[in-house]
Amino acid sequence: MADTGTLALTALLLHAIAFLLLAVVVPLRRSGRPAAMVSMLCAAGSFGAAVQAWRTHGETVSRLLWDWLPSQGQTLATVGVMADADSTLMLTLVGLVSLLVQVYSLGYLSDEPRPSLGRYYAYQSLFAFSMMGLVLAPNLLQLFICWELVGLCSYLLIGYWYQRPAAARAAVKAFWTTKAGDVGLLVGIILLWRQTNTFDLIQLRMLAESGALPAAGLSLITFCIYLGAVGKSAQFPLHVWLPDAMEGPTPVSALIHAATMVTAGVYLLLRTSWLFALTPDILLIVAWIGAFTALLAAVLACVQDDIKRVLAYSTVSQLGYMMTAIGAGFASVGFFHLLTHGVFKALLFLGAGALIHAVGSNNLSQMGQLARRMPQTMIVFVVGTLSLAGIPLFAGFLSKEEILGAVWERGFVGPFVLLMIVAFLTAFYMFRAVFLAFFGAPRIGHAHGHVDIAHAGAHVSEPHAHDPPATMAVPLWILAGLSVVIGVYFTFEHPETEFVSPAWLMPSAVGVAAAGILMAWATYQRRTIDPAVFTMAFAPLYRAALAKFWIDDLFEGVFAAAVLAFSRAVGWVDRYLVDGVLNALSAWTLTAGDDLRTMQSGRAQDYVYGVAVGLLALLLWVQFG
Amino acid sequence: MGLQAYLALAAVVFCIGLFGVMTRRNTIGILLGIELMLNAVNINLVAFARFSADVTGMVFTVFTICITVSEAALGLAIVILLFRVRRTVMADHLDLLKG
Repeated sequence: MADTGTLALTALLLHAIAFLLLAVVVPLRRSGRPAAMVSMLCAAGSFGAAVQAWRTHGETVSRLLWDWLPSQGQTLATVGVMADADSTLMLTLVGLVSLLVQVYSLGYLSDEPRPSLGRYYAYQSLFAFSMMGLVLAPNLLQLFICWELVGLCSYLLIGYWYQRPAAARAAVKAFWTTKAGDVGLLVGIILLWRQTNTFDLIQLRMLAESGALPAAGLSLITFCIYLGAVGKSAQFPLHVWLPDAMEGPTPVSALIHAATMVTAGVYLLLRTSWLFALTPDILLIVAWIGAFTALLAAVLACVQDDIKRVLAYSTVSQLGYMMTAIGAGFASVGFFHLLTHGVFKALLFLGAGALIHAVGSNNLSQMGQLARRMPQTMIVFVVGTLSLAGIPLFAGFLSKEEILGAVWERGFVGPFVLLMIVAFLTAFYMFRAVFLAFFGAPRIGHAHGHVDIAHAGAHVSEPHAHDPPATMAVPLWILAGLSVVIGVYFTFEHPETEFVSPAWLMPSAVGVAAAGILMAWATYQRRTIDPAVFTMAFAPLYRAALAKFWIDDLFEGVFAAAVLAFSRAVGWVDRYLVDGVLNALSAWTLTAGDDLRTMQSGRAQDYVYGVAVGLLALLLWVQFG
Repeated sequence: MGLQAYLALAAVVFCIGLFGVMTRRNTIGILLGIELMLNAVNINLVAFARFSADVTGMVFTVFTICITVSEAALGLAIVILLFRVRRTVMADHLDLLKG
């Protein structure tokens, strides 16, 4: 049996082969479904290799390295794979979700023209390759390159329907917003390299743990690295791109913007947790921003009508959870939540995709009473929702519990309180979506006091809505089954943790989630509480949430104003200073030439006069000068 | 009579010639002025040759006289051609090279 490193490398390279095939062999790419088959075949092989790598990983880290950047006799950087417990587990998640998403996409995008379907699968393969390269990166340089590559794929896939202006704009917004964080990451990596002269994660870890790393400036380095994670993992204030990224196809949202790429920031902090452990003040920032992001996004998710945006804000919120756990110093707990979240959030997105596919709209107010028509979708979606809410026997239960326990253990009371509120809100907004989409009485005009009154009155559930075809249903059932299996396993089989949660924590967390579900039920199913009561009670908050707390507007205002002002200043300099000098010079030359022209009279005698006077002057100069 | 007297005479003749060249409107008058200037130079050459007992200056003068003659012939020919083409020999009308 091949060793772990080789298996991981196989998993990585299979996607690269798929991408190169689709990118280079144009007829194959333009043929659509055959291209999808090639990509899926490679993805399946890659997933198999990833699972095998995970099963065979030992205590020791298995590394395969090649020299990459030679410089002055030594090697500046290497490329290769580093397979250990964390990276192979993450590799398995990436392999699983990308395989399922590729299968699902075949059904979801069945109406696409063949060339663009091939393009889609080429991007998918490139993404899977880049993400696996990031996960397996043995050094920070390769990690950064793959980090940028997944950002590129995210841009390409958000803008997959590039003819839509909204999609094109969302793609650019996602690219630039994450790029703002990536600059921080690059600066951090280079600063770290200047201090230690190495990019290698293992060498750095040994330096950090032996205390050989100079403490001065370390806070700046970790903060810069954290900035990269803020951009990629959509933490406040750079979270604005993720909801807009929902303009891409839904399977893309499931893969990139829920399960894998957005969690790269969390993964980065996990990979460098020994570095962050040296700078507790930065960890405190990470925890507070994480908890605040979780709360902010949860509040925003409560007022969204677009089912994908509800899920997008929920992703931001859960990423905040993971970040808080890392900030509390228990990176492995955050990673655990990352894995379970990857499974059930992919499930939720794919389920939402099935709804959108059937109804033809993202809008919750156009759905309703779909449970009878789409029973399978309903079951898997509810499984995902229960997982996200943190109900026992479902995947999110224990990981969420552990995060709360970790934050409490660390003594971060403020973030803990925020996270408890978020747990309540999560259950509430997710079941709000479930009730609105699958159950619910026909809604009346002011049902949730929104801008969508035009739709709400009509109550247009698509009469032909039905469960999705097999290519879409099978991934859904696999993910739902996994959510339950993981949930049941971890409900009875508590893994060893580095801390002990207080006994009251689990009942209260479950109670809070149950309260959220109950409230959603009372509001949107039983209608004993009119949603208008909430909007009245929290009127300022409600209005602010509808406006996304004006963060997008603030960015737009500040950056648009700053960029425009700067452009105007530069334009003025160019138009008046640079052009002015040149214009003055040329005008002066012209007039000078025009004036000098009159000296040329054309009369011979004038020249003789000139020669005579010149000669006289010369003589005088020789004589007296 | 010393060398100075000849030189002074030559200078005077040269200046008269230059004045003629610069002020005469008639092209033939300008040619006459040029002749005067050349002959002033001849006087200088001869005077220097006589007073420094060196025959070179005299030989040079013979050359100059020959060249002056051909120059006068050539100049007059040009003037006649000019008159045929432009119907004028007035120097201040001949300003085709004006910038």
